[in-house]
Amino acid sequence: MTYFTFPNAPLLPEAEKLRGEVRTFLAEELRNVPAHVRAASWSGFDANFSRRMGERGWIGMTWPKRYGGHEQSSLERYVVLEEMLAAGAPVAAHWIADRQSGPLLLRFGTEEQRREVLPKIAAGELFCCIGMSEPDSGSDLAAVRTRAEPVEGGFRVNGTKLWTTYGHRAHYMLLFCRTSGGPADRHKGTSQLLVDLTLPGITIRPIADLSGAKHFNEVVFENVFVPASALIGEEGNGWHQVTSELAYERSGPERFLSSFVLFAELIRVLQRNPSEQATVAVGRLISHFVVLRQLSRGVAWLLQNGENPALEAAVVKDLGALVEQEMPDVVRSLVEIEPDAEHAKELIRTLHYIVLAAPSFSLRGGTREILRGIIARGLGLR
Amino acid sequence: MVTLQYRSETGELLNESAGRLFASVPDRDIRAAQLGEWPEACWQQVAEAGFPLAFVREEAGGFGVDPAEAIDLLRVAGYHAAPVPLAETMLANRLLTEAGFEAAQGAATIAPVTGASTFANERQRLGWRIHGRAAGVPWARHAGTIVALVEHDGRPWVVRLDRKHADVTQDVSLAGLPADAIALDIELSGDDVRPAPSHWTCEALKAAGAALRVVEMAGALERVLEMTVTYANERVQFGKPIGKQQAVQQLLATLAGQVAACGGAAAIAGAAFDALDILAIAAAKVRAGEAVSTAAPIAHQVHGAIGFTEEHRLHFFTRRLWAWRDEFGSERHWSTILGRQAIAVGAEGLWPFVTSFGAPQEAR
Repeated sequence: MTYFTFPNAPLLPEAEKLRGEVRTFLAEELRNVPAHVRAASWSGFDANFSRRMGERGWIGMTWPKRYGGHEQSSLERYVVLEEMLAAGAPVAAHWIADRQSGPLLLRFGTEEQRREVLPKIAAGELFCCIGMSEPDSGSDLAAVRTRAEPVEGGFRVNGTKLWTTYGHRAHYMLLFCRTSGGPADRHKGTSQLLVDLTLPGITIRPIADLSGAKHFNEVVFENVFVPASALIGEEGNGWHQVTSELAYERSGPERFLSSFVLFAELIRVLQRNPSEQATVAVGRLISHFVVLRQLSRGVAWLLQNGENPALEAAVVKDLGALVEQEMPDVVRSLVEIEPDAEHAKELIRTLHYIVLAAPSFSLRGGTREILRGIIARGLGLR
Repeated sequence: MVTLQYRSETGELLNESAGRLFASVPDRDIRAAQLGEWPEACWQQVAEAGFPLAFVREEAGGFGVDPAEAIDLLRVAGYHAAPVPLAETMLANRLLTEAGFEAAQGAATIAPVTGASTFANERQRLGWRIHGRAAGVPWARHAGTIVALVEHDGRPWVVRLDRKHADVTQDVSLAGLPADAIALDIELSGDDVRPAPSHWTCEALKAAGAALRVVEMAGALERVLEMTVTYANERVQFGKPIGKQQAVQQLLATLAGQVAACGGAAAIAGAAFDALDILAIAAAKVRAGEAVSTAAPIAHQVHGAIGFTEEHRLHFFTRRLWAWRDEFGSERHWSTILGRQAIAVGAEGLWPFVTSFGAPQEAR
């Protein structure tokens, strides 16, 4: 009995050639950026960097050319993603649109939406945010309360979205909301809207995370008129659409590389005089990264072949978050963390960043418990 | 759900016939092997199917199946806890034929399989004197041929031994399967000692064995997951199947993740076997071993007391898994090798090192 399948993704020569170009680009871009800044990885926001990515053709890589895409394979896209993450490039501005908003519009959006939005996303000029979580709707997404009341010519939106990453820097939100019925109707009566965040009645308030950094937000909608042309796909089909969006959100290498910059800094310090204990610990981590990459490339290959790897993506994200979150303690077990450890100063600054970021690794994109529930369903247990 | 396409018809046929063959082995034969009995009937079928030649090149009498495909036979064997030395014989025949010997008649095994065991070769006037000891040689007592690898004058040599010439002291592995000590001090003619291809060092032999164990582990873990999910759906407590309890579901999801990881490790090991990419096999063996250490306890936890009995089949798989994670180098052995390399490449070289796995070997 096979519960899931991770195919062997082939090695494409064009993808490996591309890898060299990406490395050259990143070596120049990140030359003077210290590790503790690069550690932010896909939380690092730099609109200029995103524009340069767009100029290179590294956003919307798999999309049709008529929408500004480049019609490359998902494995070529994978190479760009993993190189960006491993180096700690500030990709946050375009990340969400490239990963999920764009593909969602390609699949369900209107022709007008695609023509208007996708080329700008691919150029690295238009940024999107996710409008899923709410004060009373986190893991239980079907408890959504934000309501888009159908009115003459469109919808009137009221409600509050929460934990909206870079909502204050994004141009559009892909809003998951209720267009009919109430919370008791669960999946029924939900829809998705492509909301221009400059519309009157929208208030965006940044929320500091536990480190003090401001990347997520509360977004309040008060009688916001959204034109009918903003409806993505079909009214009432929101649940089906949003779950397919989540498959994109969970499938990538960002689900196991969030601590990789810290790993590299650890190696820099260990190189002076590696103990046997350190050698064994590093070897073990290498085995994890090598296998996660094998599985994750398999997911990219499933996407390339038009499959829906929702279960496989949940498995990789669950395994990957364990390694990401374990990294700080591996570092602490191998290096004395003391304020006057001169040779390890940058390692320690990077460690401090990751310690404070790590709780989010098993929350964002679906909590560990939700993912394991999805896996259990895949096993036929629920 | 996607099903993996095998690349060749021959590979697919091999796989299917192995599935049919091993599924028909009764539990009593699996138990008997663990009590030291030789499962002659099962071995005869394996030999007739030609599985022992799966790694032999076509020009040397094999079927010409890509080793990365042929190795999948061992996943099937692991899935069924096949009580025969298939991995060992496949490897022995690979080594024999790579050195220009014919494949062995009957079951065969390889030595040395541990770091501390070595043999020495000395040239005699009319041939060679081979002496030394090896511990933990799988299935040695039942193997007609023992294929020993000896490093002499800075290069590896393959020695074809008739088991009758070895002094065998019986011992068993953690799985209860034969893992005997052998001692040798014999003179052989030049016909039985041939130079091995230069990359077949003792470390490479250990890696080759490790690759086979990883694939066996992946098969056995798939079975463990299947058995555990089935049990959780059948066993009723508090008025409902225990698999309906969220706590149990979370455990089973964790188990499934480890099974997926071991499957990924097996894919890496399988691809690395033909060229003996030692670092790739090292990564696979380390990750597979860790998968077992997390997965097997969950399987036992969910099965409760019945899974702790001799009567239940779970231990056919978990005992093999616990044995295999140590055989041909444990996590400690292979992670030391990997870690040394990773630290040597340095902070800047670390990511290129990670991406070199799965790339053509010369890229490393």
